[in-house]
This record gives sequence, structure tokens and C-alpha cells, in this order.
Amino acid sequence: MTDIDVGGRVRVDRDRLLRILQDHGVHLGVAVLLLVNIAFTPHFVSAENFRTQAVQVAPVMIVALGMALAIGSEGVDLSVGSVMALSTSLLSLYLGYGMWIALIVAVLGGVAVGMAGGALVAFVGVQPIVATLALMVAGRGLALVLLPQLKDVRDPTMASLGSGDVLGVPYLVLIAAALALLVAFVVRRTTFGRQLLAIGDSRPAARLAGLPVRRVLVLVYVCSGALAAIAGVLATARLTASDPTSLGHLMELSAITAVVVGGTPLSGGRVRVGGTVAGAVLIQLLTATLIKHDLPPSWTQIAQAVVIILAVYAARERGRR
Amino acid sequence: MPAHPAGPAAVLSAAGLSKTFPGVRALDGVDFTVRAGEVHALIGENGAGKSTLIKVLTGVYRPDPPAAPGAGVLTYDGSEVEFATPLEAQHAGISTIYQEVDLVPLMSVARNLFLGWEPRGRLGLIDFRRMHREADAALRDLGVRVDVRRPLRELGVGVQQMVALARAVSVDARVVVMDEPTSSLEPREVVTLFGVIRMLRERGIAVIYVSHRLDELYEVCDTVTVLRDGRSVHTGPIAGLDRLRLVSLMLGRELGDVRDQGLTRFSGSHDTAAEPVLRAEELTVRHQLHGVSLTVRPGEVVGLGGLLGSGRSETAKAIAGALPPDSGRVVVAGVPVRTGSTPAAIRAGVSLLPEDRKAEGIVPGLSVRENIALAALPGLSRFGLVDEARIDRVVATFMKRLRIKASGPHQKVGELSGGNQQKVLLARWLAMNPKVLLLDEPTRGIDVGAKAEVQKLIDELADDGLGVLLISSDMEELIEGSDRVVVLKDGAVVEELAGDAVTEDRLLRAVAAMPADVPADVPADVPVDVPAVRTASGGDDD
Ligand SMILES: Nc1ncnc2c1ncn2[C@@H]1O[C@H](COP(=O)(O)OP(=O)(O)OP(=O)(O)O)[C@@H](O)[C@H]1O
Ligand SMILES: [Mg+2]
Repeated sequence: MTDIDVGGRVRVDRDRLLRILQDHGVHLGVAVLLLVNIAFTPHFVSAENFRTQAVQVAPVMIVALGMALAIGSEGVDLSVGSVMALSTSLLSLYLGYGMWIALIVAVLGGVAVGMAGGALVAFVGVQPIVATLALMVAGRGLALVLLPQLKDVRDPTMASLGSGDVLGVPYLVLIAAALALLVAFVVRRTTFGRQLLAIGDSRPAARLAGLPVRRVLVLVYVCSGALAAIAGVLATARLTASDPTSLGHLMELSAITAVVVGGTPLSGGRVRVGGTVAGAVLIQLLTATLIKHDLPPSWTQIAQAVVIILAVYAARERGRR
Repeated sequence: MPAHPAGPAAVLSAAGLSKTFPGVRALDGVDFTVRAGEVHALIGENGAGKSTLIKVLTGVYRPDPPAAPGAGVLTYDGSEVEFATPLEAQHAGISTIYQEVDLVPLMSVARNLFLGWEPRGRLGLIDFRRMHREADAALRDLGVRVDVRRPLRELGVGVQQMVALARAVSVDARVVVMDEPTSSLEPREVVTLFGVIRMLRERGIAVIYVSHRLDELYEVCDTVTVLRDGRSVHTGPIAGLDRLRLVSLMLGRELGDVRDQGLTRFSGSHDTAAEPVLRAEELTVRHQLHGVSLTVRPGEVVGLGGLLGSGRSETAKAIAGALPPDSGRVVVAGVPVRTGSTPAAIRAGVSLLPEDRKAEGIVPGLSVRENIALAALPGLSRFGLVDEARIDRVVATFMKRLRIKASGPHQKVGELSGGNQQKVLLARWLAMNPKVLLLDEPTRGIDVGAKAEVQKLIDELADDGLGVLLISSDMEELIEGSDRVVVLKDGAVVEELAGDAVTEDRLLRAVAAMPADVPADVPADVPVDVPAVRTASGGDDD
């Protein structure tokens, strides 16, 4: 396409701009926020600060990876925040039997919730948003029944998982990076990944092509549940406390934002893992920026909403022609 | 015929129009003019750029910026125009039936007909009574009787095309554009459509008509423009233009070559084994099928005849597991198959090429490569990991064998021309090495060249011992391609024609279920009754 600029033809450029925005807007956003902070936020450029930001974003990122799979299958998983709460409750309940057992039980809790959600979606035919909304309410309730109030986690191994590092890179960040690579591999290289994308793009076609639609859908929500549970465990380790009341609160929104901002369309059929990771970083930076400049937390939510709208707008406009 | 250049004024014309997609030059300096009261045929191979031209003319796509002054200009009604959206073009008086039916599947027939200009009552609310009445009348005029309150998606593709037609002609248009309007129509409806086109011509409306069925052109068109690889290679009156010459213009091959190869490619009958590879026994689906039984032997092509809504697609779907039958059995190569399960049917070696390519066939956002490999994926992977090299080989083989025209294996299927999408689907199923192939309108929207290829392919596959069940609303194809034709009416088998009995006359009689002494040609004003077109879409939404 040539850029001849004759009156009404600027739209050609606008189309291209929108494409660039959707594909790379998230990286652009991250870069801009970094620059703004480096310029205007005191004490921003320090190893300590980067470390804090990275450790804070790790759980969101992990949850967003699962969310990306759900959204790629033309669904959504609203239960992720409650799964985090459930996993923290299970973790502190079973910690007495040893850390590994507690970890496994906590993750299995997430798997179970995912299986329930997946079964509702795939076998009963409930809309994903409704099915996982039900589980969001039920999951948080169950977490509070298991552990009615905040409880300190005094396990030294857990504490070192939350705050330890290898060569200055926190365990949390390493785990999040490993999981991101794993999910990227699953999406690109496995039959499950390909089938997931086909199902998300056109369910009737996938069904007529003989794809195991139900099995794939259940697996999608199981992955999402397991990832959310892992995020819950890691957040618990970082806070050295189990707080089922507030852990993972509004996490589903942050995760959806990260996914959408990262360029994964809500209409399914596509999963952008790299974009999702960058999307999570973007939200983290946005929050940090607002907090560091002493703006109330409610501003963060408003800013998040604006970012979502921008992302969805870019995707829509581009989808039109 | 009002087609000579000195005749009525040009209504819509394009000069030096180009359209480039990333990696593809779909239109390359096309000149095109349509005059009032003229029916202008637009023909060309799959991917020649017909639909793209139409979309540029009607504001769906924006043409490339002009490379030279005066190029890339659209003139409508004497002045230069630029349509930013299809709606703008519509308001200006250009109404279009796009190739892929672009109606809203969940809305009722009436809502679809009046979408955007619903009759309003007091308070500006939609006057549903009036809308239903008028919708009913508009469709009745076209000989279609359906309950206009039913959601559109419950109707077959043919009826959907008629709804699109009714919509296009009931607005006050000066240009009516039809992109392959007959691809899913029965002979009777085609007659109705031609009646409508003639009426439009008498009213001085310009009609642009895209079709791969060449006979139709001679019947209704005045002028023809041939596109090849995005350029217009011929424009002129159609009268006096030889059919073979037309084909050679389209394909860009010498007249002699085309003549030698002939126009249909079926070789006739095949040697068939005795034991059927597919046996359907007493398939029954409430309101749709009533005890349909049929057999297909290896190496045999069995045609499935019948009118729209006679249960042909439903039969195919029931066999392929996409429509769970209430009773009945499907036996493949002597082994009963669990009914109502697509994966089970596919594992048993049954593949279905669905009728509704857009909704049930292609996965538009995935590449040509992923679409071809989709069904065969488990066989092309090890331990759940995809074997990319093997996929590349399979994809390359079929893209070449079916001559799929794409910028490469990584182009999105949604961006391919209609005919090439169909070929991708065919490749998907051939990659499965099926025992039985159920083809629901396999050559719908495919150009003459590719159609002959596909027909030849069907022949070859049968020769290789595949059992084929062929559904086609193209009589010629059904008759020449099938060894045997099973005729359905209202969801039940009414007749089976074999050998010399497979003739057009016998088939038409059987389809209409008429006694032998009544003449077989069907009058145009007989309403097309659509009793059983509750298609599978309700049933397979499990
Ligand atoms: N949105 C798009 N993006 C990229 N390429 C496209 C797009 N639409 C069409 N093309 C390409 O432009 C060419 C012309 O396509 P077009 O749909 O106009 O063909 P056609 O003549 O209508 O064919 P058919 O008879 O199969 O319908 C094809 O090579 C096609 O792949
Ligand atoms: Mg076309």
C-alpha cells in the first residue's frame, strides 16, 4: 500500500495504524509507561523496585495465561480469583502434612473447579460466563468455609519460595516465565492447542471435523483452574499469609484485561501468549504509576477500564474490513 | 436487447480499478461498466477477483489509491463517488446479494428481510404485524412459502438465498448485484429468479450477475465481462459468443485444449464390489427423516436426488453422526457405527463435506494449512505433539493436487475466494483417507475448470475403491456422476434409479413424484413448498 495522501484516502493509513496498534500496542504501552516513570517517578530505576514490580505481576501473569486459553476457545473464566482463594485455604489447611502435599492438594482444588466449569460448559451447554460466574461465587464461599479468617503461613520453605531468588531473579518470576513458555509451546505445538484454536474460531466446523470438542473444552478450564491455583499458592508464599477473603479479589478483571490488551480477540480462535505477558506487565506498571503518584486505588480501576476499551476498540475497528 | 454501447447511459462504472491485499493483487486495473436495463454477467475462475470487484463497487472494500490520474475511479449516475460503507452504497441505490449469505442467522426471516428499514408504527416501534405480512407477501411473490417468524438459520441455504434475493429486490434499487445467487437453488427456484431478473431489466434496473453455471448466462444475460487474474480480459455482448470460447477466455487456454478436454469430466460407470461399504438402515429423525435406507458399495458413486428440504443433507448428516437419529443403524464396512457421534463416524472412515461451507466447514481465522490438517491432526502428531514436517508434506500434496489458489499455505482461509475455500475443505477430508465420502454440493461455487477437476477427482476416488454419496442440485452433475440415484421426498426414499434409468426425465419425475404421463417440466408459478427444511442446525447444537 502506498501512502499517497489524497483527502479521503488517509483511511488506508488508519487501517495500518490500527493493525500496528493491535499487534504491538501493548509493547508500545509498556515502553511509554517505562519512559514516563523513569522520567517522572523518583526512585523508579532501582533493582529493588523492578524486583517488587516483577514479583507482584507474576501471579496476575500466571492467571492471565489460563484466561488466554479460555478466551481463545471463545469462552472466559470468571472463577480464577475464587480459585486463588480456594487454593490458599487448602494450602494452609494441609500445610501440616508437609509442604508438597499441601501444594498438590491446592493445585488439585483448582483442577477440580476447572473440571466443574469445563463440564458445565462442554456437557451441559451452559454459557462460559454463567458457568464460571456460579463457580466464582461457590469457590469463594468454599474457601471461606475451609478457612474463615486470615492465617499466617509460618512454613520456612514456603517463605523462601515467596522471597528467594536465583542470581537475583525471584523464584516467582522464574516460575511465571517457565509457565508462559509452557503455555506458548502448548498453543503452538500440540494437537490440543490447534484444536482449541479451531474450536474457538468456529465451533460448528470443529464439531463436523470430528474434533473432540468437549474434551478440549474441559481441558481448557482445567488448565485455567490449575494455573489460577498455582498463582494462589505463589501469592500466599509471597504474603506469608492465607487470606481467602481478599486474595484474588477482582483478579478475573485484571486477567481479562491483560489478555485483551495483549491482542487476543474476545471472539476466540487466537491466543497470544507474548501479548498476554506484556499485557499483565502493562497493568502492573499502570497501577504502580498511579500509586506512586498518590492517586487513590479507584483510579487504577478506571484506568484499567479505559485500557480495556481502547484495546477492544482497536480490535473491532480492525475486524471491520 | 439494450446492450450495445450506444444504448442507455451507464449507471455504474469503474475505470482502472485496483485492489491489493497483503501479498495478493486481487484486482489489477479493471474497467467495468453496467448500463440501465442491462443484465451484465461477470465470470472468471475461482479467485479471478469477481467477488472482490463487487465488494469494491459496493463499498465493502476500498479500492487502492489511484496510481495515475483517472485510474481507480468509480462513477455512479454520472458523478464520481466513493462509498465508505456498504450502507452508503445501498442508500445510493445499489443493492447486493453477496456470495456468502450475509444475513443474521438468529433473527427471523422477516427481520432479516427488513433489516435496517423495518416498518414502524406509532412511537417508532417496529410494526411486527405489518412486517410479517409484507415479508410473507414478498416471499410468496418469489414462490417461497415459509413461516417468516422462524429464525433464518433453521432454513436451508437455498431458502436463505431466496430471502437475500427478496431483500435485494424489494428495496428501491437502480443496480442489483448478485454474486452466485443460484449456487444452492433448485431448478424451479432458478426459474423464479430468472423471472425476477427479467422483471428488473424491464424496469430499467441494471443487474450484475456472477455465476459459474454458463448455461444460465445465455439464458438471462446481455453482456459478459470475463475476469482473469484480476484483469478484465473481455467485455462484449453474450449473444454469438461460443461457450467453449468463453471457457478458454476464463482459463486463458487455447480453444483447442478446452475442446479436447470437454466440459464435464465424469467417465461414467465404475466397477463396484458386491459388499456395501456403507449401509444406512431405517434412519429416522423426528420431522426430518422417515426410515431412510441406502447402501453404497466401494467404488460406487450414489447420487442423492430430491428437492430442497427433501432430507438429502439431513441424511448425510445423520450418517456422519452430525444429526443424532431417533432410530436406525449405520454400518460401515460391516461394522455398526455409534450414531450421533461425529468422531465415531470419522474413525469408522466416514467423511462429510457439509453444505454450509461458511458456517460449518471452514475455520476462517486459521490458515489454509491448519484447515487442511484439522481433521487429520491426531494422525499427524505423535504423543500429542504436532509433526510439522508431515503436515507440510500433506498440505503441499493437496494444494497441488486440487490446485488451491492462495498466496501460500499460511494465508487465512477466510481470505480465499469461495471456490478455493471449497477445495480446502475437500482437501481436509481427502487427507483423512476415508472409506466413504459424503459430498453435499461439492462443486457449489467452483469454476468450470476446477469443477471438472473435482468431478474427475470424485471419479478417481471411486476408482480407488472409495464409496461416494453425492448430493447436488446440479442435475447434470448428478446424472453424469452417479452410478445410481436414490431419490428422496419429504424425508423418505421414493425411488431408486440405476443404470440406464438415470436420465434427466426420470429424475425430474421422481423428484416431483409425478405419474409417468404428466410432462416433466415444472411450471414456474408452482410455489416451492418448504415443509421439512428444519435443518440439522437445531439438532447438532448439543
Ligand atoms: N480479504 C482478503 N484478504 C486477502 N486476500 C483476499 C481477500 N479477499 C480476496 N482475496 C484474494 O483475492 C483473490 C480474488 O478473490 P475473489 O473472492 O474476488 O475471487 P472470485 O473471483 O470471487 O472467486 P470465486 O469464484 O471462487 O468466488 C483471491 O486470490 C483471494 O485469495
Ligand atoms: Mg466469489
